[in-house]
Amino acid sequence: MRYLPHTSDDIADMLRAVGAESLDDLFSSIPEDCRFKGELNLPQMTEWELYDHMAGLAGQMAASPEYRVFVGAGSYNHHIPSSVRYLISRSEFMTAYTPYQPEISQGTLQAIFEYQTLTARLLGMEVANASMYDGASALAEALLMAIRVGRGKKKTVAVSALIHPMYRKVIQTYFDPTDFKIVELPYRPDGTTDLSAADGIDDLAAIAVQSPNFFGCIEDVQAASDKAHGVSALSVVGFTEPLAFGLFRNPGSQGADIVCGEGQSMGIPQSFGGPGLGMFASLSKYVRNMPGRLIGQTTDEDGKRGYVLTLATREQHIRREKATSNICSNQGLCATLSTMYMASLGGTGIRQLARRNYDKAEYLKSELRKAGLKIPFGRASFNEFVAEFPEGSESSYDALVRKKIIAGIPMECYYGELRDHYLLCVTETMSKADMDELVREVK
Amino acid sequence: MKEISDIILVDGIKYAKDHEWARPEGDTVKIGVTDYAQDQLGDIVFVELPEVDSELEKGDEFGTLESTKAVSELYMPIGGKVVAINDALEDDPERVNKDPYAGGWMIVVEPSDPSDMDALMDKDAYLEMLKGL
Repeated sequence: MRYLPHTSDDIADMLRAVGAESLDDLFSSIPEDCRFKGELNLPQMTEWELYDHMAGLAGQMAASPEYRVFVGAGSYNHHIPSSVRYLISRSEFMTAYTPYQPEISQGTLQAIFEYQTLTARLLGMEVANASMYDGASALAEALLMAIRVGRGKKKTVAVSALIHPMYRKVIQTYFDPTDFKIVELPYRPDGTTDLSAADGIDDLAAIAVQSPNFFGCIEDVQAASDKAHGVSALSVVGFTEPLAFGLFRNPGSQGADIVCGEGQSMGIPQSFGGPGLGMFASLSKYVRNMPGRLIGQTTDEDGKRGYVLTLATREQHIRREKATSNICSNQGLCATLSTMYMASLGGTGIRQLARRNYDKAEYLKSELRKAGLKIPFGRASFNEFVAEFPEGSESSYDALVRKKIIAGIPMECYYGELRDHYLLCVTETMSKADMDELVREVK
Repeated sequence: MKEISDIILVDGIKYAKDHEWARPEGDTVKIGVTDYAQDQLGDIVFVELPEVDSELEKGDEFGTLESTKAVSELYMPIGGKVVAINDALEDDPERVNKDPYAGGWMIVVEPSDPSDMDALMDKDAYLEMLKGL
């Protein structure tokens, strides 16, 4: 697609049509003191001076591989095969938006169809949509979907306190203008959700847990599903690290009705926290309440295989104010990237990689325990876990940063009671030497 | 799409401006959509209906009709309690296209106010309305 900028004549015509004198008039609704006046401070540099400048800025950041970063918490550092990076750079894949005349873009549609297939298999679900923005918005949409499935009669959702704190804020933002209610399920001493807090709520539309949860622990998803189904509510299961399903049972095999979360781990670089990929899957019987769009496979009149936009009638451009999905465009490029990654590794590769993540994290866990640190939550975890550092750990945490080790994230900012607790992540990118050094330093 | 003169309109039923029809059957009223509505929507792939026993007012949304490219809401031509729904449409939504006034019926209601029926159009008035669209 070509980008054709407007000429000054075009702009003058359009301003005349709307009755504005100048482009600035279009911004008159923005308060005067919020508008930037004066010149932008853009240094005058040659191209090579600019490269040096940017390299200098980049050098100030604590990024791997120079730093040993034991941080996950929703964004995970995984190796991405070079083949994936090469393939995604092909220009055929670069148009990331919803195809509005979809059937002429057979390649795009096939890529999305493959994405849906791989995602549904990974999560153990019957149907996956063509993706959403990120894990947080996917989860919020999942809860709205559960309310739609209950025909809006049940207005309360129970949300585990161990769902990523930022996801819970996004859910709050979605729910604030509605009359739907969120009840938070606290966590138990073993690091999993206390489902008993959902007892006695008479208009429960959904129970939502995350597994692995924000402490890295594997939840008893089957128990959450049973609890939800016992009161005719839906079992919604979120995730931030889908690689875990290479090793642990996926939510679909444990009674989940809707499974959604962040797909960044599947081949998408961390890139300062975004863009991500909202994976979203459901049971087939709820497909008409599912947000987003679906690509289907069919045959044309000559009997040849073809792909079509099967289900898009819930989106804004068709249903206007009655749309049940407010995500109409997404980062199709990220979905394509994850398709390439999943297909490159295959089922066996994902299993082996998951095993490696688990083993390495368990190694660090046991070494830290030997070094005298407490591992407060006893439940099985995947590639991250919470460790309690000795009292006054802030200073040693800062000292480690100076030694180019980022020893997880402090949990106190999310869970006030967890002073001196840190969430540490170990993926396949971390070497034994890196972990041994961390252990030596915290001893 | 059909010319207005080709739209099938039948006697003995009342028509609403949103293209639903209502047919008195004893103490109850059967409701569906007109030939014009199904023709405008094209191939219907999904019909969403209310639960039996729902109490709905005149003008309330009682379901949706989905074709391959659009979704339309269904509105109650009269108020009342839903006493039956056409389950056959779940697996066979194209009945609405093939047979809108019989096999493609949607719900049966017990009217809350019998005078609601008087406010609806007869065949001729509905045809006049269609000509004006």
